[in-house]
Amino acid sequence: MIGFLARRLLATVPVLMVVAVVVFLMLRLTPGDPAAVIAGDSASVEQVAEIRAKLGLDRPLLSQFAVWSGRVLTGNLGESFFFKKTVAQLIEQRVEPTLSLSLATIVIAVLVAVPLGVVAAHRRGGWLDRVLMGFSVLGFSVPVFVIGYLLIYVFAIATDWLPVQGYVRLGDGVGRWLVHLILPSSTLAVIYIALIARMTRASVIEVLGEDYIRTARAKGLPERVVLVRHALRNAAVPIVTVIGLGIGLLIGGVVVTESVYNIPGIGRLTVDAVLARDYPVIQAVILLFSFVYVLLNLLIDVAYSFFDPRIRY
Amino acid sequence: MTLKGIVRRGLAAIVVAAALALGPTAAPAQTIRAVMHSDLKILDPIWATAYIIRNHGYMIYDTLFALDEKGQPQPQMVDHWKVSEDKLTYIFTLRDGLKWHDGLPVTAEDCIASIKRWGARDAMGQKLMGFIGEFKAIDEKTFSLTLKQPYGLVILSLAKPSSNVPFMMPKRVADTPPDQQISDFTGSGPFVFKKDEWKPGEKVVYERFKDYKPRQEAPSGTAGAKVVKVDRVEWIAIPDAQTAVNALLAGEVDLVEDPPFELFPLLKADKNVGFANVNTLGNEFTLRLNHAVPPFDNPKIRRAALMALDQIDFLQAQVGDAEYYKECRAMFVCGSTFATDKGSEGLLQGNAAGARKLLQEAGYDGTPILLMHSTDLSVLTNLAPVAKQLWERAGFKVNMVDMDWQSLVARRAKRVPVAEGGWNVFITSWVAADVLNPISSAFIAANCEKAAPGWPCDATLEKLRDAFARETDPAKQKALAVQVQERAYEIAAYAPLGLWYKPMAYRKDRLAGFVNAPAPLFWNLTKKGG
Repeated sequence: MIGFLARRLLATVPVLMVVAVVVFLMLRLTPGDPAAVIAGDSASVEQVAEIRAKLGLDRPLLSQFAVWSGRVLTGNLGESFFFKKTVAQLIEQRVEPTLSLSLATIVIAVLVAVPLGVVAAHRRGGWLDRVLMGFSVLGFSVPVFVIGYLLIYVFAIATDWLPVQGYVRLGDGVGRWLVHLILPSSTLAVIYIALIARMTRASVIEVLGEDYIRTARAKGLPERVVLVRHALRNAAVPIVTVIGLGIGLLIGGVVVTESVYNIPGIGRLTVDAVLARDYPVIQAVILLFSFVYVLLNLLIDVAYSFFDPRIRY
Repeated sequence: MTLKGIVRRGLAAIVVAAALALGPTAAPAQTIRAVMHSDLKILDPIWATAYIIRNHGYMIYDTLFALDEKGQPQPQMVDHWKVSEDKLTYIFTLRDGLKWHDGLPVTAEDCIASIKRWGARDAMGQKLMGFIGEFKAIDEKTFSLTLKQPYGLVILSLAKPSSNVPFMMPKRVADTPPDQQISDFTGSGPFVFKKDEWKPGEKVVYERFKDYKPRQEAPSGTAGAKVVKVDRVEWIAIPDAQTAVNALLAGEVDLVEDPPFELFPLLKADKNVGFANVNTLGNEFTLRLNHAVPPFDNPKIRRAALMALDQIDFLQAQVGDAEYYKECRAMFVCGSTFATDKGSEGLLQGNAAGARKLLQEAGYDGTPILLMHSTDLSVLTNLAPVAKQLWERAGFKVNMVDMDWQSLVARRAKRVPVAEGGWNVFITSWVAADVLNPISSAFIAANCEKAAPGWPCDATLEKLRDAFARETDPAKQKALAVQVQERAYEIAAYAPLGLWYKPMAYRKDRLAGFVNAPAPLFWNLTKKGG
């Protein structure tokens, strides 16, 4: 196992290198000029050129890449073109909101979707199964921002139960932190509930046809025990896979949700940086996302052996 | 304990914790929470020109002079001033008791250094500096400015209301090279910037400057008494317009500076929401032609282009509600000192037949016009398609290219033929206060490659602008401004597409005391509740 982990971790290095090169080139080839954005509408051409030189954007691409990659190798992600802050500081400020939102979303999604999927499988073909699967189709189809605005209208504006927007840091109070996360994480969870519930249903239905389930029932075990201990455990591998992939997809989901709910997380940082062509920030965030994605895949692989002891590395 | 019991107790604990946490917090009693039109990224209002940085400047810095609501310059930090008979020497004396946020007194040396730094960056400042022979600090509070020859815009320049505003900074800060950003944000304005609480992309925090000494006159424009009546102002960054409006409706914020027109019905339906149109001069849509490349290097074709356009079509397409727009062909803004319609006769009124005739006379060869269409700024999105339609009706061939604003900004800086990545036309919007006279208006400069993108090149216009700058008699200045406009229309330097107004939306059950000015100001505002 340790050898496997070491090999996989080493494999992340070339992946990140490829990502770094591609992201760097794509950004430089995209139209737009951060210097012109910084200078503003009233700035003269000379002023824009002066800022471009200050940012090092007038140098050849290769030289710019060498400077940037050299810094990254020493752990220095550079400084934002706009804020007089390092990229590391900006990311550090934004990690907690995104992490909180992602964790809350996954917890809600798993807690809701897995039982729903198991129940739907158990009642296969019945009205409950149809309702749940109908809901999951809806969950897939309705865009995140529509669900977000709908929930805001019902639970924040019409009833005044929950805040419309914003994020309160965990250090400023667990209760307020939780209250500000309910709507955004529920919004984001809808699509994952749909995804995980469908996968759980399909997987459990397959397992329910196995001989050992018939044996368990023949032994007289209660149906709840059959479903949870025997069926769900054996159906876990594909469910874990889909949860893991879901966490990866969350990276995209948080961008929209953070905008709708005004959560100052990594997603919004990315959007702001892209719109302003803040190259150092975009490059660092994409590198970070890539690293997280690779790490998640590794964790999923490790989790397989936990749920299915036959899998060994 | 059963599983059901554990769940029930757990839920009860969460509800209690949430209720406790939602109780009264330690926030100061009087805090205005405002959603501005953009997040504050850069903090140096001399180094960059974005309006949000200018607004930040008004919070923490003060100015020597300021324009009142009628557009007249009034002393602000200056107590009294005099001009020599030959109009070459100006002597300014600062008010008593002016202090920087660190407690040190504001001195004449600070002001001289600040004017010099601003004069190195701002177009109007550069013009002024070209006339200044020397500065001299006479004593702690008095300094003089001696001109090489008379210049009519000394006070108007120092009272410039919009980017770049000549904000005063301590000498140690103002000595920062003009091409570098400042890193010390000590001002002498009515608010103190709380750098430790600034979270980019989240919020900017200002506190009342307790030692600020306001003037005695009533607030008017950016002049008069700057009396702060709240403890704190927070600019909350909410980039999504719908979310910002929702937050206002729910009472989570007190003010939204830039609510989109399409959400006005939603806001108007709430009895607690009011509108404050503080920028009474408004904003101006502006269409810029590129004089440097064909076909608009031909003045007749430029005139034909202006003849084909119709202000009302642009205003209706983009703003819609007649309450918030006004046709105005005065290049220096209707209702201002230098406003006139002269020169605009027959232009910007949708004369397609006339334009077609003029095009034939000009020998237009059908070269397609590359019209850059900004698609991501809602305030500009509908304008370019209107131009395309009006021009095609007059016989132009138009190639409208969609792009985001940042791509447009990058491309418009390219002074090369269209085939090599250049352009022919783009449309933007100015705060009207930026274009109040022939010197501050960036698009009227016609000094060839030194002019703003579009690069008009016209010696006559430049001579008239120069004469305007030197003139010290207000009546003669006005006459020269008329001539400048006539010439600018004659060469079709650019096309003003009309004025539009964007009121701020605010909680009228909480806020009162807005001051009319080109920028949103937070002094004089009162708030009910915390």
